[in-house]
Amino acid sequence: MTETASAPTETTESVEEFAARARAWLAENMPSIDPINPPEHDRGEEAPWLRARELQTKLYEGGFAGICFPKEYGGLGLPIAYQKTFDNESRCYELPIILNTPTFTICAATILDTGSEEQKHQHISAVLRGDEVLVQLLSEPSGGSDLAGVITRAERKGDRWVINGAKTWSTSAFAADYGLMLARTDWDVPKHEGLTMFLVPIDSPGITLRRIKQVNGSVEFCEEFFDNLELGDDAVVGEVNGGWQVASRQLYHERRAVGGGSEFASGIGAEGKSDVPIDYVALLQATGQADSERAREIAGRALVHRAVREQLIDHVYHGVLDGSLPPAAGSIIRVTHADTHHLEFDSVLALSASSGVVDVGDGLIRYGERYLSRQTAALGGGTTEIARNIIGERVLGFPREYAADRGVAFNQVKRNKS
Amino acid sequence: MTEASPERLLFASTTQSFLEKEASLGRLRELHGAGTAFEADWWRRAAELGWTSLLVPEELGGGSVSGDGVADLALVAELAGKTVAPGPLHPVSTVLAGLVEAPENHEDTIESLVSGEVVGSWAVYQPGKPWSPLDAAVTATPSGSGFRIDGVKDRVEAGAESAILLVVARSEGVVRQFLVPTDAPGVSVEPQRSIDMVKTYARVRFDGVEVDGSAAVGSAEQTSDMIARQSQIAMILQCAEIVGMLETVLDFTIQWGFDRHSFGRPLGSYQALKHKYADLKIWFEACRATTNSAVAEVASRSPGAEMAVSIAKSYVGEHAPGMLQDCTQLHGGIGVTWEHDLHLFLRRVTLYRSMFGTPEEHNLNVYALTEQLESVS
Repeated sequence: MTETASAPTETTESVEEFAARARAWLAENMPSIDPINPPEHDRGEEAPWLRARELQTKLYEGGFAGICFPKEYGGLGLPIAYQKTFDNESRCYELPIILNTPTFTICAATILDTGSEEQKHQHISAVLRGDEVLVQLLSEPSGGSDLAGVITRAERKGDRWVINGAKTWSTSAFAADYGLMLARTDWDVPKHEGLTMFLVPIDSPGITLRRIKQVNGSVEFCEEFFDNLELGDDAVVGEVNGGWQVASRQLYHERRAVGGGSEFASGIGAEGKSDVPIDYVALLQATGQADSERAREIAGRALVHRAVREQLIDHVYHGVLDGSLPPAAGSIIRVTHADTHHLEFDSVLALSASSGVVDVGDGLIRYGERYLSRQTAALGGGTTEIARNIIGERVLGFPREYAADRGVAFNQVKRNKS
Repeated sequence: MTEASPERLLFASTTQSFLEKEASLGRLRELHGAGTAFEADWWRRAAELGWTSLLVPEELGGGSVSGDGVADLALVAELAGKTVAPGPLHPVSTVLAGLVEAPENHEDTIESLVSGEVVGSWAVYQPGKPWSPLDAAVTATPSGSGFRIDGVKDRVEAGAESAILLVVARSEGVVRQFLVPTDAPGVSVEPQRSIDMVKTYARVRFDGVEVDGSAAVGSAEQTSDMIARQSQIAMILQCAEIVGMLETVLDFTIQWGFDRHSFGRPLGSYQALKHKYADLKIWFEACRATTNSAVAEVASRSPGAEMAVSIAKSYVGEHAPGMLQDCTQLHGGIGVTWEHDLHLFLRRVTLYRSMFGTPEEHNLNVYALTEQLESVS
C-alpha cells in the first residue's frame, strides 16, 4: 500500500502569506473564543455536532477546509506547514474540532487511500463541506485488539449484501451519516482473507443504535446491532475480501491521529474545559502550594513530558516522511500519548490531594473524576499493548507473536466461550 | 541532527573515522588502565579536525562547516558518544562559548584553545553546593591594577589537565568571570575522581591569586547572559553525547535480542522483552527529538533556549540511565561484568545525569520559567 495520496501541489502563496490571509479571514468570519476556557463540545450531545457542521461549512466556503486533502476532492492540496500555520492562527477561534477524529483523520484519510473515485468525490468533498460525519464500525463486543477476528457477517443474497452482527466503541455514531464497517464475507479462509469493508448509511433500516455509558459519565460511544441490514455493491470500500487492507489503513491513520500526528486534523484547540491542558501554576496557587518545592517539581516534570511529547510528534512525523523511520513508527506517538496522559493525571491527582476526592467547593474533584477514566488513553484507538507489539515487530523487526489462528480457516478457529 | 549538507556529511565522516580509529572503546580501557584522562597530542589532532573552532567566529580563527556551529558541535558530541570518547570537548567548548561573547584581551587564549595547544575549563561549581552558577562564593577583590582571587571551586572537569580556568567569582557585589592560569602563584589543583572511566574533575584552591585587570571576561552586565550561554552549551553537549551513546547501546542490545536464544527462541520474540525494547525505542526517539529542539533553540539564540535546554536535560537525564540499566537487564549476567562494554556507557550517562543540574533541578526550572511566562501574559 502506498502512502496517503496527499501529494503537495504547487502553490505560489508562501506559508506566511497564507497565514496572513487566514488571520484576516478568521477574524472576519469565525466566532472568537478564549482558548483557556473554550465552549463545551461534548461528543455525547447532539447540538455540538450540528454546530460543528455549520462551522465546517463556513470554513469550506471561506476556502480553508481540507488544507492537506487533494484539490480534486475539495481540499486545498497544500503541505502540512500550511495546516500547522492555520492551526496556530486559529487558536482563538471556534473550530469544528470534533470533526477531526475520526471523520477527517481516519475515515476520510482511509477513503482517500482505498476508496473508489465515486466514493472519494462523494464523501471527501461532503465531509469538507460539513455535510457528512463519518465514523468507524470496527470493534465488536467479542473482542477489540484482535480486530481481524470480527464475526459480523455479510452474506451475498442476489445482488445485495445482508449484514448481521454487532459493533461497539464507535465514537458518536448517533451523530454520523456513514460508518466504515468491517464484516466477514468468507469463513472458509484464514481470518485476514475473508473480510470486506463497507460504507454503511447509519440511518439504514436494520441498524439499532445504543449508547454506552462510561466511568466518567460520558455517553459519546455507541454500539450498533445489525439485523438483516441490506447494502449494495457500491457500499464496498476496496475489494471484496480485501477488507483487511482497508482496515490496516484505518489503524495506521488512527495511531497517528490519536497521538496528534495527522496532517488531516484542522485546529488544535480543546473540545471543552475538561480537554484543556492542566494549568499547573493556577492549580498550585489554588491549593496553596505555590512555594512548595515538592509540588513545583512534580508539576515541572509533567510540563517537561508534555513538551517532549510535542517535540516527539514532530520528530516522528518528519522521520516517517523522510524515511528515517518506518510508517509503523506512528505507534511511538500512540504510546507516548498514553504515557504522558497517565503522568499528567497522576501528577494532578497528587497535587490536588484531598480536594481531588472530596468536593470542598473548589472544583478540584474534577481531577479525581478524570483520574477514574485514566486508562481510556491507553485503550481507545488500539491498546498500548498492541502498539508496543507493533513497535517491537514492525519498527525493530523482532519475530511476530505466536498466533493460534494464523493460516487456519476462520471457521476452525477457537472463539470466546459463550 | 538537522539537514545534512555535503560539507557537514564530510565533516561527520572525518570525525567519525578519527573517533573509530583513535578513540575506540579498547583505547578507553587502555587510558583507564594507565590512569590517563586523555593524551594532549590526541586532543591537538582532534582540534585540527575543527572540533574547537565551531563556536568561534572566523575573525577569531574559528569557523564551522555548515554555518551553524552549535549544531555542528552537537554532532561532534553525538559521534563522540558512540564510543564514549575521552577528551576535554565539553570544558573547552564551554570556555570558548563564554570567551567569544567578549573576546577583547582574550584573542590569544581563544587561539590557543582552538589550536588544541591549551586546554581550559570552567570553574563554576562551589564545594558543597548543587548546580547554581550565579551563586559564587569565590571572591575577586580589586587590587592594584587587577584582582585578587580567593576561595575554592570543585567539580572542575579536566582541572588537572587545564592550563587556564574560567572562574566564576563575586567581585564588588556582582558576579563576574575571570581567566586564571593554573600555574599562577596561589593556585592549587587536587584531582577528584568520577564514576566515568577517564573523565576526571578537580578541586581548585585560589589563595590570594593576583591577576591582571584584563583577566576579567566581559562586563558585569554581560556576565549573567554569558553564564547562561555557557550553561546551555554544556548541557546540550551532554544531551547530544547521550543520544550518541544510546544509539550505539540500543543497536547492540537489539542485535542481542535477535542473536541470543533461550528455550529455542530469540529473546526478542518474548512479548515481555519485546515491550521493553519498544519502550527503549520510544524513549530513544524522544531523547533525540528533545535534544534536537534544544540544539536548534540554542543555535538560534532563541528566547526559549533556556526552557528548551532544561526540558531536554530533564527528559534525557531522567530516562538515559534507566535505559542503560534496562539494556543491562536484557543482556543478563554478562551485562554486569567488567569485560562487557555496557558499563562504559552507563558510567558516562550516569555522570551526565547529575552534572549541570539533575533532572529534578531542571524540572524546578521548567516550572519557574512557566510561572514567569504566565505572569507576563
